Order: sequence, then structure tokens, then C-alpha cells
Amino acid sequence: MTSTAARSATIGGRRGKRIGGDHGRMAYLLLLPTLVLLALVVGFPLVLSAWQSLMQSGQGIDPATGLIIKGDTFVGLDNYIDAVTGTGAGAGFWNAFWNTTLFTVVGVSIETVLGVAMALIMAKAMRATGLVRASILIPWAIPTVVSALMWQLIFDANGIANRLLDYQVLWTTEGWQAKAAVLIADIWKTAPYIGLLTLAGLQTIDKQVYEAATVDGANRWQTFWRITLPLVRPVLVVAVLFRLLDAMRMFDLPYVLLGTLDSGQTLSMLATDAAAKTNFGAASAYSMVLFAYICLVAFLFIKLLGADVIGDQNRPPRKRRVPRRLRTTSEGSMP
Amino acid sequence: MSTATTTEVVSRTGEVLKPKKHKGRILGSVVIALGIAFILVYCLAPFYWMIVSALRRPSEGRSTELIPSPISVENFIAVFDPSNHFARALLNSLIVAGSTTLLVLVLGVFGAYALARLDFRGKVLVMFLIVATSMFPVVTLVVPLLKLFSGGFVWFPFNWINTYQAMILPTISFALPLAVWNLNAFFRQLPVELEQAAMIDGTTRFGAFRRVILPLAAPGVFTTAIITFIAAWNEFLIALTMVNAPLMQTANVAISKFTGISQFDTPYGTKMAAGVIVTVPLIIMVLIFQRRIIGGLAAGSVK
Repeated sequence: MTSTAARSATIGGRRGKRIGGDHGRMAYLLLLPTLVLLALVVGFPLVLSAWQSLMQSGQGIDPATGLIIKGDTFVGLDNYIDAVTGTGAGAGFWNAFWNTTLFTVVGVSIETVLGVAMALIMAKAMRATGLVRASILIPWAIPTVVSALMWQLIFDANGIANRLLDYQVLWTTEGWQAKAAVLIADIWKTAPYIGLLTLAGLQTIDKQVYEAATVDGANRWQTFWRITLPLVRPVLVVAVLFRLLDAMRMFDLPYVLLGTLDSGQTLSMLATDAAAKTNFGAASAYSMVLFAYICLVAFLFIKLLGADVIGDQNRPPRKRRVPRRLRTTSEGSMP
Repeated sequence: MSTATTTEVVSRTGEVLKPKKHKGRILGSVVIALGIAFILVYCLAPFYWMIVSALRRPSEGRSTELIPSPISVENFIAVFDPSNHFARALLNSLIVAGSTTLLVLVLGVFGAYALARLDFRGKVLVMFLIVATSMFPVVTLVVPLLKLFSGGFVWFPFNWINTYQAMILPTISFALPLAVWNLNAFFRQLPVELEQAAMIDGTTRFGAFRRVILPLAAPGVFTTAIITFIAAWNEFLIALTMVNAPLMQTANVAISKFTGISQFDTPYGTKMAAGVIVTVPLIIMVLIFQRRIIGGLAAGSVK
């Protein structure tokens, strides 16, 4: 395996030199349908949304003529100012903003810890691995809407959650318990996903690294913090980043589980709600704020934690290099 | 064999087995068994509750008995009550998710190949754009598109509300990057030598792609199809926004709108039965192709 990797690396290097403009043109041709389609379904609506967020939709009265103007009027940054100051149509903005932040930060933190724990257990498991692997995919495969309904039943006032707790909590009413319900349902669905990705990362770690650690006298705790975690980090960081950005655009779960409760309203829900009332200007402004927020988090995450989202081809990943060096010595010592 | 000494010392988990640590090992396996049990209960218990609640009699929707008695399929019959249009909703979901998957795969396979194999200027930028669009908040697209499709702009004189294309086009926004990314990972796993051999034998790069790479990547294309289909099938926000006619609703939207006889009666049994109906095809797919799906999900993140 090592030799194949090395060989393809040298060939790749040579290929890089040989390929000129000819293949460049072919690459653009092959990518054209993808890029055109993305420009159409992502780029164009984004521009439209940015433009729309500067408009006031619906009917207004022209101060000069006193006539009703149908259509959009340019209002500059008014929609954003309304949102930030929480006046007029933007009354629910900060509530939605903090809900989104809470669900993202608390949810993804717990998911990550739980997911890594699951991955560590699954990596050690020798029996029933097929069953575990199949069952861990079930939360991932269930549509969010269905899982939201499922948790709605579980969290019903007379439901199984209250019976097991032996305490009456009105989960789907305004308050912290509604937020907790959203968090529990979200963590349930996504922690196994992080677990799966982390497990895949764990399985690429060479077992001889652990042998070496044991020989050096490391205990389990040290092995986890000094070996497992650093080696699985590249995979984990990407998985967590994807989850963060996914949690920030959360819509289905609170919408179905709680309906229109303020306690569960996220920025996505606020924007959709405004759009449904044909208040497209405010809706676009909220969604642009969400977009900017997501960009900021992604940027900070990539800068601070070095998430290798694209996967640099030229630089061989570190996790491969360590076992290769160890393997050479062990191969050398054995006939 | 020379490895005999190694197998004696090292367990399958990679721990060095010392006779002294026997107690710790037993404790360790107990902890792992408990952990496995926890994972199984964690993943399956809520799902079990959904199935059990679907199998109760409609009048016992809120019952907390662990096993329904008697078992009843009345809820499943109620789901297909003509007033729910649920069969039609399933068909709508199939059309939207199916055509999105097909379109995205046919177009994405070329782009993914170019990203995996060809060197060209601006490659990193293109890869960055594709990853970035996959993380794009759907709501930012939905708001202007709702206005566009409902005839809010003079230069777009079509009313696309309650049409399939109004659901399929926005769904492409996240399905296409997902597909390209997965396919790209699969293409990269295939050895470059295969194409080079084919090209030395006289075929063009496109011929090598079509006759050598595509057949070999078929499992990868298939896995990508499943993952994309599940993502499109589970989509909710777009389908909810773009459609208001009951006959055009997808299954997810239809379930979310099931209502009981009165406002205060939540038809949990019917909802759970519908949930089971929507989920079971996915679960079956997942069970059959679990290895491939895990490989596919991991391929996107492990490079």
C-alpha cells in the first residue's frame, strides 16, 4: 500500500508538469454544466436576495403625489437597521439570532463529545459491529420532519418522556424546556453522524502508533489526548464545521416540533415567516444576515482551527506519514 | 511464520496483552459492551417508539404502553384516506427527489472527474465554490425564488408556484455540490495508472473516462445517488415554501400538515404511521447498502 501511494504520488507529480492548456480547456468544458447550474440556482438568487434586502416590498405611498405605489421601493439599509434595533418588522430578530446561536453552540458541542465517544466505542467493539453500524445510520436516514414529529409525541404532556422522568414538563410551551426539546431532538439525530465520520478517521490510524505508545508507557488517557485526538483531528474538524453550518440554518426541526413558538424561532424561520407575509425586503435582510453569520463562522473556524475543507492534494496528510515511518522500521527488523 | 510472536503479544485492538493486565481487560470489555448497548438504545429507542405508536389503535395515540395491545394497522389505513392525498404526496416526493438525483448525477459526474483528475487554473477556487455552496443557507435562496416564482418580478412572467421545477431547481443548490464532492472523492481513489494504460493503448482521455473510469466508479456513483436521493427526499423548507396546493405537496410537507378532527386533537397515530411509511424505504436502503453509505459519507471528509 505504501509503495502504491508513493508511486502514484510521483506519477501525479510528473502528470502535473505534462498537462498543459489542452487539458485545462477540457476541464472547463467538463465543469461548465456544474458551474452554470450553480450560478443559476445559487449565485443568481444570492444577488437577487442582496438587492431585495435593500427594498421595501408591497405598497407604499409616494409622498410627492400621494398615490399608492405598487411594487418595491428602495429603502437602503432600513431593513437591516430595523432588524438590529428590533423595531417595526424586525422585532423578532435578536430572539431568532440568539436561538440560532444557542442551538448551534450547545447542540454541536454536545454532539461532538457524544459522537467522539460513540466512535471510540465502535472502534473497540468486536461483536455486533454490523448491527451497530446499521442502527447508527437510522437517525441519519430519518427525515428531520419525521424525527420532529416523533419527538413531539415523545415530549407530549402525557408522553413517554414525562412518564420516564416521572415529572410533568410542558415541553412544547414557551420557555427553556422548548429549547431543550429542540436541542435533544437535534443532538439525537446528528451525534451518530459525527460518530460515523470520526470512526472513519479512527480507522485510518495505524495500530502500530498505539503499540509504540504502549511501549513508551502511555496510559489510556494519554493515548487518547496525545495520539488519537491529534490524529483524528483533521477529520473531526471538518465534520464539526459541516455540522456547525448545518445547525445555523436549522429550520425543519423547530418548525415542526414547536410550530411558531418564539422559544424555537431561528433566523431561517424568521426569514421564511416574513417571506410568507410577502415582506420580501425584511425576509431577504434576515437571510443575508444569516448568510454573513455563516460565512464569518466558517472563516473563523478555518482560520483558527485550520479545517482542511478542500483537501490539499499536493501535501500528503500527516496521518499517513507517521505510520509509514514506523512501518519501515518494523519491516526492517523482520525477515 | 515470523508473525506468530506478534499475534501472541498484540490483541486485535492493537493493545499489548500483558498477563498482569487481565483484570483491566475484562473491565474494559464490560465498559465497551455497556457503550454498545448505550449506542443501540440511543439510536433505536425513539425509532421504536415511532413504530409502536403507529401500531396502536387511533384512539390510543398518546398511550405510553411499551407494547401496543392490540396491534392495529388502522393508522396506516387512515394515512391513505383520500382527504390526505398521501399517495400523491409520496409520488411527488419521488418525482422531485428522483429527478433531482438524476440531473445532479449526470451533470456532476463530469465536473467531479475534472476536479479529481485534471489540473487547470482556478481549480482551488472552483473546489472552494462548490464546498461553499453546499453550506449555503437554503433560506437565502428560497426568499428571492419565492418572489420570482410567484410572479413578483415583471421580467419573469411565469407562475411556478405549485410546480415540480420550483422544487427541483432550489434542491439542486445543495444536491449538486454534495454529489460532485462525493464523486470527486471516489474518482480520486481509483489509480491514475488505469487511465494512463488506456490512453497508451490509444484511447482519448474522454474514452478512458467513459470506458475505464466510469465502470470502475459505478459503485461510487451508486452510493452518491443514494446519499443525494436521501438528502433530496428529506428536504422540507423548499417544498413547504414553493407549494400550497395539497396535490403538489411532497410527503414531508403532507405529514407536517396532517390535522385531526378538532384543533386540539393531534392525530399522533396517523402522523407516526406516515412517518414510518416515509422512513422505511430509506431504512431498507440504508440496511442493504450500509457499508457503501458509510464509505461515501466518510469519503467526503476523510481524504
